[in-house]
Amino acid sequence: MSLIRKTAAELGAMIAAGDVSAVEVAEAHLDRMAEVEPKVKAFLHVDREVTLEQARAVDARLRAGEKLGPLAGVPIAHKDIFSTHDMPTTAASKILEGWRPPYDATVTKRLREAGLVFLGKTNLDEFAMGSSTENSAYHPTHNPWDLTKVPGGSSGGSSAAVAAYEAPLSTGTDTGGSIRQPAAVTGIVGMKPTYGGSSRYGIIAFASSLDTPGPFARNVLDAALLHEAFSGHDPMDSTSVDAPVPSVVEAAKSPDIAGMRIGVVKEFSGEGYQAGVLARYNEVVKLLESLGATVVEVSCPSFTTALPAYYLIAPSECSSNLARFDAMRYGLRVGDDGTRSAEEVMALTRAAGFGPEVKRRIMLGTYALSSGYYDAYYGQAQKVRTLIARDFEAAYQQVDVLVSPTTPTTAFAIGERADDPMAMYLADLCTIPSNLAGNAAMSVPCGLADEDGLPVGLQIMAPVLADDRCYRVGAAVEKALESRWGGPLLKEAPSL
Amino acid sequence: MSAITRDEVAHLARLSRLALTDDELDHYATQLDAIIEAVAKVSEVAAEDVPPSSHALPLTNVFRADEVRQSLTPEQALSGAPAVEDDRFQVPRILGEEA
Repeated sequence: MSLIRKTAAELGAMIAAGDVSAVEVAEAHLDRMAEVEPKVKAFLHVDREVTLEQARAVDARLRAGEKLGPLAGVPIAHKDIFSTHDMPTTAASKILEGWRPPYDATVTKRLREAGLVFLGKTNLDEFAMGSSTENSAYHPTHNPWDLTKVPGGSSGGSSAAVAAYEAPLSTGTDTGGSIRQPAAVTGIVGMKPTYGGSSRYGIIAFASSLDTPGPFARNVLDAALLHEAFSGHDPMDSTSVDAPVPSVVEAAKSPDIAGMRIGVVKEFSGEGYQAGVLARYNEVVKLLESLGATVVEVSCPSFTTALPAYYLIAPSECSSNLARFDAMRYGLRVGDDGTRSAEEVMALTRAAGFGPEVKRRIMLGTYALSSGYYDAYYGQAQKVRTLIARDFEAAYQQVDVLVSPTTPTTAFAIGERADDPMAMYLADLCTIPSNLAGNAAMSVPCGLADEDGLPVGLQIMAPVLADDRCYRVGAAVEKALESRWGGPLLKEAPSL
Repeated sequence: MSAITRDEVAHLARLSRLALTDDELDHYATQLDAIIEAVAKVSEVAAEDVPPSSHALPLTNVFRADEVRQSLTPEQALSGAPAVEDDRFQVPRILGEEA
């Protein structure tokens, strides 16, 4: 079997045993990228020589007897919002075109130390704002299952790269669903760790109280290995949790859910959900029961106001965070002709450098935070946030995990929702509550919708720092469905 | 009645330091009106006695010891600057002619 079809765990074991070199594995993936990138367009930046140099260095470290982790030599693609000192970092924005950070994000630094090899930087919705990757200032990315469809977003380059077998692993960030939703619509595994469980240091900020870096992989164990490799307390992030990393790898190897209590979120089904999504979802709920779990329906009434609360809180934080793009210290500067003031240059630069969705959200956040509206909008949204956390707390008195569809529909067509922000926002309907409460949540593939043959994701939500429960349930679902299907859902990228 | 007027959007654009064209203002006024109408649903929630949450986790200020540590060199700090002069960020004028 060719190297690109192997799992990350298999590649790591082969490299450790000396059966194959990190350079050979990197070359196989770079060749695959050269072959399919004209169709998928998952990457914003690729530099074959930088990647091979990293791979040669890992091979040398292994030859010298250095003890590296289980993913040493395994290639990975990074969402272009993680700072990398040897590759440009743009957040898919014109305002940061060509920018090279002077330092690494904690996540990328830890993965370098663990011996992972960086294949390049993947496309995203500008500053991670969007659900389709169409808001990239550079180009859209295409879903490997059907090139006319979106790969989800905002981490759509990372989901497409893994689904297209260009990379076995990738990183993403999840602020309102930006890992789980793209994973669901490309038929792969995506995990949003507990907020603060993975460091935000060196990741270009969107909404700081929500942003959470996490892994993409084609199977649950690979996601767990990556999760473990970059997680843990980071003194450089003041909201990093100082607690042991949940034992996610052990959980991914223990697909046993007998006796577990699983809650079905009543509010997340019915009207507005695609029939094929609900069919696969209802089947997998029955499957969970047949595997020995106790399934009960749970009501979380405040979840229905999570979407409006999120679209006040996230834009408010973004309007503040993106004030740093002031044309003074880094990035684009427009209109500095010697006559204009700093303020005029700032306004011209931001108008030229930000795309439409970013401008919308900055203005919406500025509105929600302005005097006279603060209490009615931002203040009220923060209260809804408390109510959502209380709904989760009450639910977890009764059950160990909650499940729902990850998304109301399968992948939509490129262009279909591009001019309708509210329709686009609905893609995050089921994923947002976990961000507002800081909980752990995962999406695992649960089949293809009958009407369009596109992947459907199951969302598994767990309490703060109980990330391992997502992996245990995810592994059980994966094992049972793969035995039913006779192999993984994504045997090969269907349209490539 | 619309939730937000075009004049209010023009004011928001000024506060946000976004030099928008007239066409853009028209476009965003329509879109923001629809979005604000949708998010205003939060005001229907009865929450008088509910405390607000700014964060998911109960974290308070985190401090480190006030010790000198290694930081970026001037070259690194200035490496992405649009304009540099004498090891400093060069910026457009920030004060009026009279000042």
